[in-house]
Amino acid sequence: MDRVWAIFKKEFTGYFNSLMAYFFLVVFLTAINVLFMWVMFFRSRTPAMGEYFELAIIGFWLFIPAITMRMWAEEKKLGTLELLMTLPVRDGEAVAGKFLASLAFLALTLLLSLLTIPTALAYVGSPDWGPIIGGYAGLFLLGASFIAVGLAISSMTENQFIAFLLTSIICLALLGIAELFQLVPLPGFVLSLVTYLDAGSHFDSIGRGVIDSRDVVYYLSVIGFFLFLNYRAVTSRRWK
Amino acid sequence: MIQVEGISKNFGMVTAVSKVSFEIAKGEVVGFLGPNGAGKTTMMRILTGYMPADEGTAKVAGHDVFEESMRVRESLGYLPENAPLYLDMRVDGFLDYVASIRGIKGQKKADAIKKMIAVCGLGGVIKKQIGELSKGYKQRVGLAQAMIHNPDILVLDEPTSGLDPNQIREIRALMKELGREKTVILSTHILPEVEATCGRVIIIDKGRVVADGTIEAVTKKSRGGNVHVIMVRGDKDRIESGLKTIPDVVSFQAVGQEGSLWRYEIVGREGVHLGEQIFRMAADSGISLAELRREKTSLESVFQQMTEGEKE
Repeated sequence: MDRVWAIFKKEFTGYFNSLMAYFFLVVFLTAINVLFMWVMFFRSRTPAMGEYFELAIIGFWLFIPAITMRMWAEEKKLGTLELLMTLPVRDGEAVAGKFLASLAFLALTLLLSLLTIPTALAYVGSPDWGPIIGGYAGLFLLGASFIAVGLAISSMTENQFIAFLLTSIICLALLGIAELFQLVPLPGFVLSLVTYLDAGSHFDSIGRGVIDSRDVVYYLSVIGFFLFLNYRAVTSRRWK
Repeated sequence: MIQVEGISKNFGMVTAVSKVSFEIAKGEVVGFLGPNGAGKTTMMRILTGYMPADEGTAKVAGHDVFEESMRVRESLGYLPENAPLYLDMRVDGFLDYVASIRGIKGQKKADAIKKMIAVCGLGGVIKKQIGELSKGYKQRVGLAQAMIHNPDILVLDEPTSGLDPNQIREIRALMKELGREKTVILSTHILPEVEATCGRVIIIDKGRVVADGTIEAVTKKSRGGNVHVIMVRGDKDRIESGLKTIPDVVSFQAVGQEGSLWRYEIVGREGVHLGEQIFRMAADSGISLAELRREKTSLESVFQQMTEGEKE
């Protein structure tokens, strides 16, 4: 565990050495907040955060691939992967450390967001907290899924740009599976399967303030699957 | 300390290492010498657990490098080629990180870091970002991270590559110092380096071991150490037919010309007084001998000989 903590510390502080991370934090928060303010005051005028979360999801899709792309790809490019893998660290510990550090950064982003909009809303009116808490929970799970995808893809390539692109594509696919298949006439059970795979539909239900176990299971499965891919990609170097 | 038996490694169609076997005892300082692409780095990567061998076994400090990779990695310190480092970390932060990974905590960690800074001369750059350092300092940081846990075994891949002569001298002095207490394997394609720092040399070419022994033993073995250089004046054909008449001459080669003088390199059988025979032959044939001297075989000629093998 000490080693996971050491890697976590290094990678988390590493985020703050990275220009991209600052960019993400600042631009993401500012843009989302400004957009939301605009939407709220010129459109809906109700102290609810539905649109905010939708904007945040798009923001995640745009930015999370950008902050995860360098996690493994850069190590390979710089040659530091050789250093990491010849240190007495288990591959699983390295995967865990990097993932947790990225999660922490995500949590920080959401925390900063929490301190702004909802606080403002509380002054303006009395918002319904259920959907808001649900929304943040959903955002965290969705963000964690995107991070898992991003890290897995980063571990499979040396090229950060390719990592970025592939991650974006997969995250977009996760968000839009249901919409895509709506255009195609499908038998009922396939449609429900496709709807289950859609990250957006799970978010919608969480966003309504109901934390359904099916939704949580979905997100955890996506995270688990991509973390597994990540682990395999790293440890395959050692296979005979 | 290190036992390697029949290790082979291929990358697709390319054979990087082929049935390499050697043993290194505790406290030895061994140089892996070979041209670029000989397989030195691959061999080190197998020893340090970065990649697995296709065949063969390797044991470090009694632990198999494949089965007990963690134990092996705990017991050795490795400086990979080109000293890869995290450029955005500070020197002290980086050393702290490596120490933590290696399970060194609290005061022991602080002491270890201080010691490394002293030993590797990093005093002036502790708080600098690694990306800002010169190549020489980066190499020293790399060395510091390899030694921070005071391992018994050090594996160093081209530790002086890219350094200027002063830096090279410093690092070599450091390695010699380390060699007193630790087992050190270093790889290089720079011959003087092996001569300056190692007690034993393993020459690798095209993935195979072509020589293994002390520098003395290896140089003695190659050409028997019996080489003479002469400068003569005269007709080339007469000179060469004259040389052929000397029974103890193994081979000779014209290596240059200065005005009307020819320079020849003559290899004789081991233990024979070749100089005398050459002199007598020249005197009898009326060939003007301007210079006659014995040349000490160097590691360089051994290296050349062994690694350009096809020409022999």
